[in-house]
Amino acid sequence: MKSLEELRKLREDSIKNIEMRNTDKDIRIVVGMATCGISAGARPVLSTLVEEVAKRNLNNVQVVQTGCIGMCTYEPIVEIYTPNNEKVTYIHVDSEKAKRIVLEHIVNGNVINEYTIGSVK
Amino acid sequence: MKIFRSHVLVCGGTGCTSSKSDLIKKRFEEKIKEVNLDDEIQVIATGCFGLCEVGPVVIIYPEGSFYARMTVDRVDEIVEEHLLKGRIVKKYLFEESTKDDIIKSLGDVDFYKKQKRVALRNCGVINPENINEYIARDGYMALGKVLTEMSSEEVIKLIKDSGLKGRGGAGFSTGMKWSFAAPNESDQKYVICNADEGDPGAFMDRSVLEGDPHSVLEAMAIAGYAIGATKGFIYVRAEYPIAVHRLEIAIKQARELGLLGSKLFETDFDFDVEIRLGAGAFVCGEETALMQSIEGKRGMSRNKPPFPANKGLWGKPTIINNVETLANVPQIIIKGPEWFKSFGTAKSPGTKVFALGGKINNTGLVEVPMGTTLREVIYDIGGGCPNGKEFKAVQTGGPSGGCLTKDHLDTQIDYENLVALGSMMGSGGMIVMDEDNCMVDIARFFLDFTVDESCGKCTPCREGTKRMLEILDKITEGKGTMEDLDKLEKLAINIKETSLCGLGQTAPNPVLSTLKYFRDEYEAHVIDKRCPAGVCQSLLRYIITMNCKGCTKCARVCPVGAIEGKVKEVHIINQDKCIKCGACMDACSFHAIIKK
Ligand SMILES: Cc1cc2nc3c(=O)[nH]c(=O)nc-3n(C[C@H](O)[C@H](O)[C@H](O)COP(=O)(O)O)c2cc1C
Ligand code: SF4
Ligand code: SF4
Ligand code: SF4
Ligand code: FES
Ligand code: FES
Repeated sequence: MKSLEELRKLREDSIKNIEMRNTDKDIRIVVGMATCGISAGARPVLSTLVEEVAKRNLNNVQVVQTGCIGMCTYEPIVEIYTPNNEKVTYIHVDSEKAKRIVLEHIVNGNVINEYTIGSVK
Repeated sequence: MKIFRSHVLVCGGTGCTSSKSDLIKKRFEEKIKEVNLDDEIQVIATGCFGLCEVGPVVIIYPEGSFYARMTVDRVDEIVEEHLLKGRIVKKYLFEESTKDDIIKSLGDVDFYKKQKRVALRNCGVINPENINEYIARDGYMALGKVLTEMSSEEVIKLIKDSGLKGRGGAGFSTGMKWSFAAPNESDQKYVICNADEGDPGAFMDRSVLEGDPHSVLEAMAIAGYAIGATKGFIYVRAEYPIAVHRLEIAIKQARELGLLGSKLFETDFDFDVEIRLGAGAFVCGEETALMQSIEGKRGMSRNKPPFPANKGLWGKPTIINNVETLANVPQIIIKGPEWFKSFGTAKSPGTKVFALGGKINNTGLVEVPMGTTLREVIYDIGGGCPNGKEFKAVQTGGPSGGCLTKDHLDTQIDYENLVALGSMMGSGGMIVMDEDNCMVDIARFFLDFTVDESCGKCTPCREGTKRMLEILDKITEGKGTMEDLDKLEKLAINIKETSLCGLGQTAPNPVLSTLKYFRDEYEAHVIDKRCPAGVCQSLLRYIITMNCKGCTKCARVCPVGAIEGKVKEVHIINQDKCIKCGACMDACSFHAIIKK
């Protein structure tokens, strides 16, 4: 390394990894990862969410996993909790949908109604 | 760079390592591999989290779940439940983080809530063996800023303005110290980091080095630039192998990235650091003795002046700063002096790290803003005395400090307030005592330490402290007189005034402060030949109370036949015969025998 510029660049790259250890965040994305969630494909969904959040430097967002949510037939399930404690539940999520959820819901603030549980009920 | 969805942080501080946290980390790695999660989950060894009492500690992110008292056997279950299925294993969490039935993350438990981490900001958060993690937390940005944007004078002014005081004990203004060394013309100047940490019970400097070694290296380079030095030494005791190891790694990584060495940040400034191992004599922490030791001579203090800033290592201008002092510097550069002064007290800004120990529930490492009261540290953070015992005193400042009482609990901790009460900040040892501690015995303990550690160069310290110890021995054996108390006090004041270095000048503090605040306890030993706390063995009496059921068990175990009594009648101990072995007390199922 030579310049302050190079150090800044290295810092930008490294920060994404460390950011996870900050628990003080407003938005939580929760992925159901019990047995049926995993067998329905929740694992790649979780990984995609983590990558998308890091890629976009969404430092206010925490991606966590949870156990059985209780609606096994709708797995993989992703729940989004926002600061005012509103909860949106997305069902049958795959990696592609996960990417759209991050972009449209988290970044732009628009709920994707067609993916939500309300659309089936 | 690969992004992991979860990080398992295993404490790699000395405390947790000694209770096998390295094996716990290994098992996490194996098990995570077995369940094919190794490309999703990262396992990292960090520095001390602070709550060593409940170690080994493991924190899992992103949730920040705080697993306490970990064992190797629990690892598999945590991997299967928490990491694989997303179910936090509540029964292994730190008790307090499940209080009120809500699972709290690390930062929300009481122990951490009142803390403000500046010197410890990276401890337990980053992997100390990976420079990138330090860089992610703004590492080396302060050095870059200083070298490319500021003059040496500006750096010194900024540190002066921040009001940072030396955290090694004396509390001298860091910026002033640097300003004394800067104008001296010399072909060579030095920066020394004092990591000797000789105080019994203190381990904050060790923890900073183990958890965040780069912060100290970065600060040394900044100090070097400020005073015009190109060479730094870290004097660290050989008993700190983990700290030494992490420092070696850190120095190597910093050199590889060009953050130590020559022409840093494309400027003409060169700086490099070397480690020097100390043999662990307390007096080698004193700055002049320390420099002698680096020069390869026997560590003995010398007269000041000349001060190190003028004539230090090998006669060259040198500044010497404590580990914790240095760990504050990069943050002050980045965030500015006003930020630093925004917490703490007017005369002592910033935070201070304390090593909490003794009779306290949460022993460990805490960092609080100056001005926090003793009560807040001992009760709100430390959780008070264990087993419902009553708080009696707190010793601050290590062997050079004094004991404070219940009446002082609302004192706001800073350099000035502690000295005004006859104690001191020292390096930040804080030892709590409860009703079972004898204050004469405590004073004896610290004096015993200084007698052993005196370098022997000057008579008041070499001979005087020994005489004091003899008198204390006499008192604890019940042979002391009131004249002895006067003599003790006179000697103490004399030694304070006539010793050559700080060791002798402060050695009598524990005795003087206990004489001042706990005189009644000394008098009980001298006049009544009684140790109120029941500690001093020669003064103890075993007594049978009216709770005695007359079961005769005690009489049967007494090795000298000192107990008499009939079946179903209260027994009596013949004090002349009793050798105070305590066997009867252990034998009595009715707790009828007490020690007084
Ligand atoms: C007997 C004795 C022991 C000392 N031990 C230490 C020590 O272990 N660590 C330390 O940093 N300073 C110790 N000091 C204080 C140092 O002499 C010196 O003041 C300090 O390292 C300066 O750094 P600071 O201004 O950053 O506090 C000791 C002083 C005395 C008199
Ligand atoms: S005061 Fe004690 S430690 Fe200091 S020089 Fe004198 S004898 Fe040595
Ligand atoms: S063992 Fe206890 S109860 Fe029994 S005789 Fe001795 S003092 Fe009394
Ligand atoms: S303390 Fe020991 S010697 Fe004394 S009475 Fe009890 S058993 Fe006997
Ligand atoms: S396991 Fe996924 S909802 Fe039951
Ligand atoms: S050494 Fe592990 S918490 Fe302190």
